[in-house]
Amino acid sequence: MSIAWFKYSSPMTFYGLAGHLAPWFGWGAAILAVIGLYIGFFVAPTDFQQGEAYRVIFIHVPAAWMSMFIYLVMAFWSAVGLAWNTRLSFMMARALAPTGALFAFLSLWTGAFWGKPMWGAWWVWDARLTSALILFFLYVGIMALWAAIDDRRRGDRAGALLILVGAINVPIIYFSVKWWNTLHQGASISLTKAPSMASIMLTGMLIMAFAAWFYSIAVALVRVRGIILERERQTEWVKVLLEQRS
Amino acid sequence: MNWASWDAFWAMGGYGLYVWGSYAAVVVGVGLEIFLLRRSHANLIKRLKRMQTWEKQ
Repeated sequence: MSIAWFKYSSPMTFYGLAGHLAPWFGWGAAILAVIGLYIGFFVAPTDFQQGEAYRVIFIHVPAAWMSMFIYLVMAFWSAVGLAWNTRLSFMMARALAPTGALFAFLSLWTGAFWGKPMWGAWWVWDARLTSALILFFLYVGIMALWAAIDDRRRGDRAGALLILVGAINVPIIYFSVKWWNTLHQGASISLTKAPSMASIMLTGMLIMAFAAWFYSIAVALVRVRGIILERERQTEWVKVLLEQRS
Repeated sequence: MNWASWDAFWAMGGYGLYVWGSYAAVVVGVGLEIFLLRRSHANLIKRLKRMQTWEKQ
């Protein structure tokens, strides 16, 4: 099977493809969120230790996962962009950052609203929380760097470099609960052990994680379309496209 | 069914503030991102079209 990868690495073709795909992912995210929230609030039972407060898990864990996963995807595109100087790669990194920052913020916020009733504190400086806060600052720093550099190509490269250096933080977040004695609990699911939570709770959480995934893809696709238009505005195809829209 | 009434649902066993405080942040965050993205996309298209008409003149 041969897929025309290089065809879609051209911003012009990808602009069209992203436009076709984005609504599907957007509606997919909405449907998954409805199902996930229904399971989370109406099917999953009360937790025997945490009562109803545990229901924050259905957004906290998906948000935290997405904040790390989006960062890794940005690091991937940055590496590709630096290695092969592909235009679309840098655009993808730029399109993902705001959504990653949003999820990093939401993981901190929902974590605080879960920590307060369970630990008695909105915030503690344990390794998991501190490294997650650093991830949020990394996102903000990367976007500030892009905003500060007028030369687009230099901005792309500087941002990619910062993203790649900061990528070291992602395994630190993930393994922090193992490496250090943290107040934050250990991983709820892992590849090597059976999950430490009831299967219906796990189902709801995973469906919400997929919803967050679909949402991120939809939003990033729409955002990358804007970036493509902006950067390719001198080309013939964008001129034709804009004329057709009037 | 988990909840005897809507009141029980909103109370979340006494954790209403924390559960709904979390979900409200997600709704506001996601809603804001979608709103800002749509607005900036519409503004971009307007701006590019204006630039195009200038170039023609």
